[in-house]
Amino acid sequence: MVTMTSAPFEYMRPKTVAEASRLLSKYGGGAKLLAGGHSLVPLMKLRLASPQALIDLSGVGELKGINSSASGLSIGAMTTYHELESSVEVQRAAPLLADAASQVADAQVRNFGTIGGAVSHSDPSADLPAVVLALDAVMKTATQRAGRDIPVERFFKDFLTTALRQNEVLTRIEVPKLPANTGTSYIKQSNKASHYAVVGVAAVITLGADGVCERARVAITGAGPYAVRAKRTERMLVGKKLAPNVIRNAAKRAGAEISGSFNEDVHASAGYREAMTQVFAERAITAAVANAR
Amino acid sequence: MVMAKLGDSVRRVEDDRLITGRGRYVDDIKLNGMLYVSLVRSPHAHALIKNVDVSAAAALPGVETVFTGADLQEQLGSLPAGWTIKDMVAPPHPPMAFEKVRVVGDAVAAVVAIDPAIAADAAQLVDVTYEVLPAIVDAEKATKPGAPQLHEESSDNVAFNWEVHGGDYATAAKSAEVVVKQRIINQRLIPNSMETRGVVADYDPGNDHLTIYTSTQIPHLMRLLFSLITGHPEHKLRVVAPDVGGAFGCKLYLYAEEVICGIIAKNLGRPVKWTEGRQENYVATTHGRDHIADVEICGNKDGTITGLNAHIYANLGAYLSTFAPGIPTVLFGLMLSGQYKIPSISCKVTGVFTNTTPVDAYRGAGRPEATHLVERMVDMFAQEIGRDPLVVRRKNFLAPFKNGKEVATGVKYDSGNYQGALNRALEIFDVKAFREEQRAARKEGKLLGVGFSTYIEICGMAPSAVAGALGAGAGLWESSTVRVHPTGKVTVLTGTSPHGQGHETSFAQIVSAELGVPMEDVDVLHGDTDRQQFGTGTFGSRSLAVGGQALMMSLKKVKDKALKIAARELDADPKMVRFEDGVYSLEDIAEKQLPFASVALAAHSALNLPPRMEPGLEETSFFDPENFTWPFGAHICVVEIDEATGETKIAKYVAVDDIGNVINPMIVDGMVHGGIAQGIGQALQEGAVYSSDGQLLTGSMLDYAVPTAEDLPSFITDRTVTPTNVNDLGAKGAGEAGTIAASPAVINAVVDALKHLGVKHIDMPLRSEHVWRTINDAKVAQRANRSVSAVKGS
Amino acid sequence: MPTTITVTVNGTTRTNEVDERLLLVQYLREVQNLTGTHIGCDTSNCGACTVHLNGKAVKSCTVFAVQADGGTVKTVEGLASNGVMHPMQAAFKEKHGLQCGFCTPGMIMTSIELLERNPNPSEAEIRRGIRGNLCRCTGYHNIVEAVKFAAAGTGGKK
Repeated sequence: MVTMTSAPFEYMRPKTVAEASRLLSKYGGGAKLLAGGHSLVPLMKLRLASPQALIDLSGVGELKGINSSASGLSIGAMTTYHELESSVEVQRAAPLLADAASQVADAQVRNFGTIGGAVSHSDPSADLPAVVLALDAVMKTATQRAGRDIPVERFFKDFLTTALRQNEVLTRIEVPKLPANTGTSYIKQSNKASHYAVVGVAAVITLGADGVCERARVAITGAGPYAVRAKRTERMLVGKKLAPNVIRNAAKRAGAEISGSFNEDVHASAGYREAMTQVFAERAITAAVANAR
Repeated sequence: MVMAKLGDSVRRVEDDRLITGRGRYVDDIKLNGMLYVSLVRSPHAHALIKNVDVSAAAALPGVETVFTGADLQEQLGSLPAGWTIKDMVAPPHPPMAFEKVRVVGDAVAAVVAIDPAIAADAAQLVDVTYEVLPAIVDAEKATKPGAPQLHEESSDNVAFNWEVHGGDYATAAKSAEVVVKQRIINQRLIPNSMETRGVVADYDPGNDHLTIYTSTQIPHLMRLLFSLITGHPEHKLRVVAPDVGGAFGCKLYLYAEEVICGIIAKNLGRPVKWTEGRQENYVATTHGRDHIADVEICGNKDGTITGLNAHIYANLGAYLSTFAPGIPTVLFGLMLSGQYKIPSISCKVTGVFTNTTPVDAYRGAGRPEATHLVERMVDMFAQEIGRDPLVVRRKNFLAPFKNGKEVATGVKYDSGNYQGALNRALEIFDVKAFREEQRAARKEGKLLGVGFSTYIEICGMAPSAVAGALGAGAGLWESSTVRVHPTGKVTVLTGTSPHGQGHETSFAQIVSAELGVPMEDVDVLHGDTDRQQFGTGTFGSRSLAVGGQALMMSLKKVKDKALKIAARELDADPKMVRFEDGVYSLEDIAEKQLPFASVALAAHSALNLPPRMEPGLEETSFFDPENFTWPFGAHICVVEIDEATGETKIAKYVAVDDIGNVINPMIVDGMVHGGIAQGIGQALQEGAVYSSDGQLLTGSMLDYAVPTAEDLPSFITDRTVTPTNVNDLGAKGAGEAGTIAASPAVINAVVDALKHLGVKHIDMPLRSEHVWRTINDAKVAQRANRSVSAVKGS
Repeated sequence: MPTTITVTVNGTTRTNEVDERLLLVQYLREVQNLTGTHIGCDTSNCGACTVHLNGKAVKSCTVFAVQADGGTVKTVEGLASNGVMHPMQAAFKEKHGLQCGFCTPGMIMTSIELLERNPNPSEAEIRRGIRGNLCRCTGYHNIVEAVKFAAAGTGGKK
């Protein structure tokens, strides 16, 4: 049984994004970027992925570091979960991200797994896709020649599929500054074996001075083929005072965008995931509202 | 220097090496010229092998050779079932399949290469052509007409029918005021020892010596079985179990890979290694449990239980593993009286072949299944008659006894005080206070529940004659040798074979206490057939109760001989010589003293031995007890359930166990903790799940939820002591108690939390969705009932 | 195609040629003969292979050896100094935090980092902190006790 040995591959460790992009072009789809490796390496060991070449991004300085400015945070794609959860800047400017990062997998995985790797993989059960959706992040990418800014809403395309082109490298994740009186929360039911999300809900709620919801972002992971915004729920929140029954009613629509394509596996049926999407949406929104006040 | 006493929590001697990375497990062994084996395994649950093309694999640089099942068919023989049930069908079990595969993971070819990575590459190049057959994974459905048939020898996939009857259940049920029926599923588990299995085989053609290093609980039995099926002479076969990284029953057999590697090493004249991957382990190493039980309990409204009746479909997997037939029968059916006086008990067990990984012993082995069934049914009976489950338990407990008590299944318990253990548990856990908390919590929408499990187990595996009468193919006694060296240092050889139980400590502790030598001067050797003449191994919580007693007997012989030598040296009548704290002295002459080491030297120098006494100081003993031991206890579990999600957490766990006398309380507590964790694991979250075509859906640790530290609470443990008279130590065995007790404590607690909704039973595992559906279904049923009664009332 | 890597393991720097696909854990066990680090699964779940890479706990089955080129690794074999056990090792012995010992090296490496980051963890924080390490023997009870004991700074004393 082949469970520990990857197929042979070439290994390279470029120093720049341009060089990494050039290598991606050179192998024409045969190469994979290696960030923390905590999604990719297990797949390679099971030979579910057998890239011809691995392009290790650990030597690329441009992909590192968390920069804080008046407009928000700029987070290098190679920033680890541990750096996110322990960064004072992230805790202050985007506590949702710090908190969600602290819920990922386990301490060892968080030491090496990266935000860039997590979102580029678009694993349907990963935690951070829902979080960057709820935070309205901008995904900055680069190739050898040019860069572009992809609004996160257009980033996750499908199961294990993003908007990234074959030779494109995700460089930074920009998280805009949250408005005043904004509360956030990420709540999930963990798969007890893998600690991935069976269902995870991220909520970002901004309240006006009168307690009326001015802005709502609710995003779901784990439930469907890829992370999505629960826009119907958001619409049912905005413009209202968020009494428990308002939140409950809005949360009942949290699965609307996933309808018909809920995941079903040995851990949970589609029906249970649909029901839990509502339960966890209600809890996440309620907690976010409490934080906002 | 540690001078140990029995009952001290002596820190373990094993730890220094294991904590510093100097343990030696099979995969740590590297021999000169070693080759690596990778096994090509069937991806199908049931298929005919039409062709195996190894040419591409064999051509890969670095590949030494590739063997198919057909190549080695004659040399490999057939893996035996070592436990026989009357009229049992025991079809051949080739270590490598050559005509037909019957389970995903059946080995069909073995690649041998200079490097494990090359072996893995080559294994992918072996091209096997299969003709896929329909598969069956459900034990009940497998017995029905038209089900796919695994073996020619059994037309209905039934391996055996076993039964036990005591009293007259039919009459008891007819005259009972209440009969409660329930189907109870005891789901399939994967043992998950943290070390997977591994084998290193080394052949010396010059003298035909074959050495097999293997991660096993039974080096001697493994050697015997290997020798019997391959014809390799037993005296030229050495089996070594080095440090073994946990087993819990799953390393208790002769496995295909041990035979394959041994035979390949013989064929090539070079050492070979095979190391099991975890996903490979999930299909190639035995599973546990997997019962479908249809149960009835009957009795009267005053709480008296008068009868119990069960029919079990026991899923045995694709082949009979070494002990498999004994687990769901003797170790299960004979246990159905629990701690109770139940006049009539009937049990029928149908052992069934399916296209799944073979099922054999897993921690508790039969007894957790029995306890789960009995303790669940007692609770259901109490609920049916509207009485407190504790009151019903007390009403039916056997009265305390010291010298044996026979129950309806025909077995004789050694000693018991079931009220005592429960009383102690209830001193620790205040039920009244909990009930108030539970009521208050319910008003706030929180679901709390408490569950009780008053269990009994059968341990100390032996006596041989009884085990033989029940189907065991070999005796289950144990042996020990105590070798005192001239300097007074002591080597103990034991036939038990630990894998985490700390024998090196507790056995040394016994020697230290008995001979008055420091722990550091005692070395306990185990797990090597060249060192110990024979032994049965470590399983069934037997090592101390059987192997410890064998050690006590050798120590007594050593002491008797040493005393005579000491008397000679002291020039005194042996009757006048005292032996205390390692020193021989005379009562009346204080200055005349002799340390044990001097007597050891005198025994070896042989200058002044009593007439006709043989020199040396080494004794061997064999112990075969007259009865099993029967530990018991009372466990209490509190659960919290999130009504909206079904998520269930253990809030509190109290365990009071009575395992007789205790040599090392620290080690015993540790085993109880681990046992409880495995029982809770089964109750909450573990479970092997197959698709209907025989694919294991929980095929890796990403999907099979071994409990983490976060899934469990700290445990509150305590003990009562009711010694056994089966051995001189008075020790009953502790290794499995926690696992045997825990699962019904958890389920009873969950039903307690949900009974106001009308819930009477819930099966394991308590995956959130399962609990959530149970709650929702119960609410729907309640609403329906209400509307029915509303209609009736109008 | 073998690649040359230089890695400092437990204070000793060595240069070796390794296959790109060799995992860090295989490099430690097979090339460096440091067999104290174990392999318990193939899906990065069990944590038996945990070592410190560049000062951080990592599952060494999820990193290729080539990724450690130029880096520093500490394994369980490198914890004791001058024959004196690391306080966490001593705590595991004192509190009986191991039985079969197979998960222990990884468990100790994770626990050491846990206390480096949070010297005074609550029981819940300890349980959360070691959830990437599976143990099948102890039910974690005494492992938690050992970490608490080490945190209390009394590790190593009898």
